[in-house]
Amino acid sequence: MATQHSRSAARIMMAPAVILLLGWMLVPLTMTLYFSFKKYLPLRGGDLGWIGFDNYVRFVSSSAFWPSVQTTLVIVLGVLLITVVLGVLLALLLDQPMWGQGVVRILVIAPFFVMPTVSALVWKNMFMDPVNGLLAHLWKFFGAQPIEWLSNAPLISIILIVAWQWLPFATLILLTAIQSLDSEQLEAAEMDGAPPLSRFGYIILPHLARAITIVVLIQTIFLLAVFAEIFVTTQGSFGTRTLTYLIFQRVLESQNVGLGSAGGVYAIILANIVAIFLMRIVGKNLDA
Amino acid sequence: MGQITLNQITKSFGDVQVIPPLDLTIEDGEFVVFVGPSGCGKSTLLRLIAGLEDVSSGEIVIDGNEATNVPPAKRGLAMVFQSYALYPHMSVRKNIAFPLRMAGLDKAAQDAKVEAAANVLNLTNYLDRRPGQLSGGQRQRVAIGRAIVREPAAFLFDEPLSNLDAALRVNMRLEISELHQTLETTMIYVTHDQVEAMTMADKIVVLQAGVIEQVGSPLELYHTPRNKFVAGFIGSPKMNFMSGAFAAEYDAQTIGIRPEHLEVSQSEGKWRGTVGVSEHLGSDTFLYVDMEGQEEPVTVRSTGEVGIRHGDTVYLSPEPSKIHRFDKEDLRLA
Repeated sequence: MATQHSRSAARIMMAPAVILLLGWMLVPLTMTLYFSFKKYLPLRGGDLGWIGFDNYVRFVSSSAFWPSVQTTLVIVLGVLLITVVLGVLLALLLDQPMWGQGVVRILVIAPFFVMPTVSALVWKNMFMDPVNGLLAHLWKFFGAQPIEWLSNAPLISIILIVAWQWLPFATLILLTAIQSLDSEQLEAAEMDGAPPLSRFGYIILPHLARAITIVVLIQTIFLLAVFAEIFVTTQGSFGTRTLTYLIFQRVLESQNVGLGSAGGVYAIILANIVAIFLMRIVGKNLDA
Repeated sequence: MGQITLNQITKSFGDVQVIPPLDLTIEDGEFVVFVGPSGCGKSTLLRLIAGLEDVSSGEIVIDGNEATNVPPAKRGLAMVFQSYALYPHMSVRKNIAFPLRMAGLDKAAQDAKVEAAANVLNLTNYLDRRPGQLSGGQRQRVAIGRAIVREPAAFLFDEPLSNLDAALRVNMRLEISELHQTLETTMIYVTHDQVEAMTMADKIVVLQAGVIEQVGSPLELYHTPRNKFVAGFIGSPKMNFMSGAFAAEYDAQTIGIRPEHLEVSQSEGKWRGTVGVSEHLGSDTFLYVDMEGQEEPVTVRSTGEVGIRHGDTVYLSPEPSKIHRFDKEDLRLA
């Protein structure tokens, strides 16, 4: 009896939060679906009625669609590669006993606390500026011609900025995973004649597999939606238009809400495919 | 093929010296047990021999070769860890084959050795399982298998049985002893359990605070403990210590008498006392007897069936030849 009572009480108490979250998700979702089947041009006549799947066809057949998918993939994979590889190395370094460990660890987390817009501005104006940027000064110091980062290497620049933001996240998760490794396993491997690199390859890396999948999963979902960094730096020019940015342009720059909404629905489907796919991997990993 | 000599080795962590200068020789083929209370430095000593810790000073000689600065893998020793330290993502086969793989052996030779080790340890049916799917005893055997395939000069065991339940522990104890008989390889075994030490060892090294209190065969330690610490540590139940008037009679600071060397009588005897708790084990009965002038109750080991109850008055008589006498420094008096 007691458990049944407390169960229904729990349900009632949880209800406000659940309803709020559900509304938060359902209202925009239904609105997006609603607009995606409409010809809706706010500055050019407003609601012009239902047009079926026209928006969906137009969005995919536009010349900007496939390049934007490619750009998205390049950014996501590039950032994942950098954060996972550097994250593992940094985690290994931070795991070593050293003086001022606590402070160093907090410093490593710091980039994660900086808002994307701010960090993109800082990178754009203080590091990558071809005249006043730190990197330009560095290049000049060595007698080289400063690179115009954002116009000559726009994708790499954005990948660098985003990777810088996400590196702390990867490092933190991987660091906790490394700390949970039983040191006797490493000692056993050492006794078994495994040199440091083999110990890394045979013991540490397999131990990190689960943490790496989790990092990849979570980051992919957030990286698919990268927006502020592009908006602040290149505004989608020089081939940095991702799917997310394309949707933004369709809605706000072309003032075609219907077309943008159709793109949004594609993005939802894409993100869910990635999520399901990665959930399976993580689920399998968690079982083992 | 497995003689290990420690010359004046010391180990300090920061300012704390956990092992003061220590000498020890372990002969080839011996089963040596390091035993002592927790924190006595026995595991540290084992890790020094293994090379997992560096000695602060002194030298380690293995088979006549200076090994003080030789990395662990090159010392030709194999270690079985307390947590077994199996590689969780590898099958049993791969776990056992790991040292061979690291040594660069070809696949066929690896398989042959793994099969042979699995046969010895009854693991043949489990070779393709992961460690997570095995029971504690099986994991223990895999850890031993991983050590065997290397054909080491000596095996090092770091409290290998402490994670097993009591029944399994007795079994594994026998298996390890059996293994030692078969392989005739030097084995160094660390434990805090004096029963394991007594039952398995050719030679016991009793340690306290990093200092070797006594080295000897189990029976040597039992019959002629060098000091009060060894006397109290070896033997179960613990030796009874009596001082004051009891000891003065024997011209000693303290006297010790083992529970099995006391005779109980309800009518007459040397010392008079009151029975407290009695533990019936079937084969034996342990009586805890409170005596006047004696702080701790005296433990007596009696036959299985005694009709003595809580609160009864009993008389205890020691076997005179089995009384151990200790001086002011707790050293044994001849």
